Amino acid sequence: MAPPGDGNKALLAVEQKGEAGPDGPGEEERNGSLRRQNTDNSMETMEIEEEARPRTGSRLIALFLTFLKIGAFTFGGGYAMIPLIQKEVVDRQKWISDQDILEIVAIAESTPGPIAINAATFVGYRTAGFAGAFLATLGVVLPSFFIILGISFVLRQFQELKPVQYAFEGIRAGVLALIAKACYSMYKQCPRSGIAYGIMVAALVCVAFFQVNVLLVIAGCAGVGLISSILAERRHRA
Amino acid sequence: MKYLILFWVFFKIGAFTFGGGYAMLPLVQEEVLAHGWLTLEEIVNFIAVSESTPGPFAVNMSTYVGQETGGIFGAFCATLGVVLPSFGIVLAVAKCFDRFQNSRIVKGCMSGLKPAVVGLIGAALFTTGSAVFFPEGISLDNLLQVSFGVSAVIFAVSLVLAFRKAHPILVIVLSGVLGILAGYTIDTLAF
Repeated sequence: MAPPGDGNKALLAVEQKGEAGPDGPGEEERNGSLRRQNTDNSMETMEIEEEARPRTGSRLIALFLTFLKIGAFTFGGGYAMIPLIQKEVVDRQKWISDQDILEIVAIAESTPGPIAINAATFVGYRTAGFAGAFLATLGVVLPSFFIILGISFVLRQFQELKPVQYAFEGIRAGVLALIAKACYSMYKQCPRSGIAYGIMVAALVCVAFFQVNVLLVIAGCAGVGLISSILAERRHRA
Repeated sequence: MKYLILFWVFFKIGAFTFGGGYAMLPLVQEEVLAHGWLTLEEIVNFIAVSESTPGPFAVNMSTYVGQETGGIFGAFCATLGVVLPSFGIVLAVAKCFDRFQNSRIVKGCMSGLKPAVVGLIGAALFTTGSAVFFPEGISLDNLLQVSFGVSAVIFAVSLVLAFRKAHPILVIVLSGVLGILAGYTIDTLAF
């Protein structure tokens, strides 16, 4: 049986051959197609309308594949995903404008759920409606689903090995540092006000020391934020 | 029934997590510990696994807990549960994005939710910290144990790295190596 890496290597070699030097055949071809595009420009505008149907199909496939790639290559998820989404969706595919990326961040932050899922659903919907939203979300979820599924079959036995146990003792302290860093990053994004500090402390104490239901704490904090902002507005107007 | 519970628990987690990532940790801890699906130690271990594999933490967690509890179909139910609320809410919001963005109610709630997330991650830091530093309970005796010293040193090193914007995977690999070194050193010196 051939090692699994061989196929990839062959593919790579073919790709390298194709890009043979700056004045190789690749360059000429590109120039040729560019010229052709220029002369056919007026016809293309007509073709776009005729091709509208098959294009949505290929766009859906492209959406799925793009988010499959984003899901497979962002480690840590969340904010780490935003630059990659920008690169793929704005710079490469040009599905949405540069400014809309700010909208994505805003919407991903102010709606519940993982940022990656929110961003995928939003971009998919903007690009190709409900089907686009569905396929983009499916794409971003599938890689982690199958990778974790694979890992979960061996993780328990793996954790019983002595060196792995020692490693995880150290890793747990390392993870603690990562959580502390996350806590600090979220703190930096917060408004500096008495109410904000009060909410922070109240949420921490309620959950850490009094085991208050987390959902209750979240709902309560949202309520306090809402009431205090309404009161502040009234005071402002008066 | 088992599948329905998995779906429902992760639906709640998906629907009530703001800010993504670690902000969902207290909720995950509360629910997963209450159902006895994983121990606190296993949750922290899995955070490391999730940081070192691609994809969002929530999806990784739901897939893992689902698989451990109810096999592949369990993983499917839990992941569907965690994804559905985001999917539905974002679809609804995308249709009237400007109104949502400028809504005073949304802004008001967010002004309370942002500091709440800090408090919640702080709480997760506290519960996780007590499990990491004092696996046998908080006491002066345990404070003098070698394992406490090892954890404290690795934590300090990782903290410096994390705040200098080192990649999380680097932090995990390094703390893992330090853990192995410390473990075997303690074994050979027989403390």
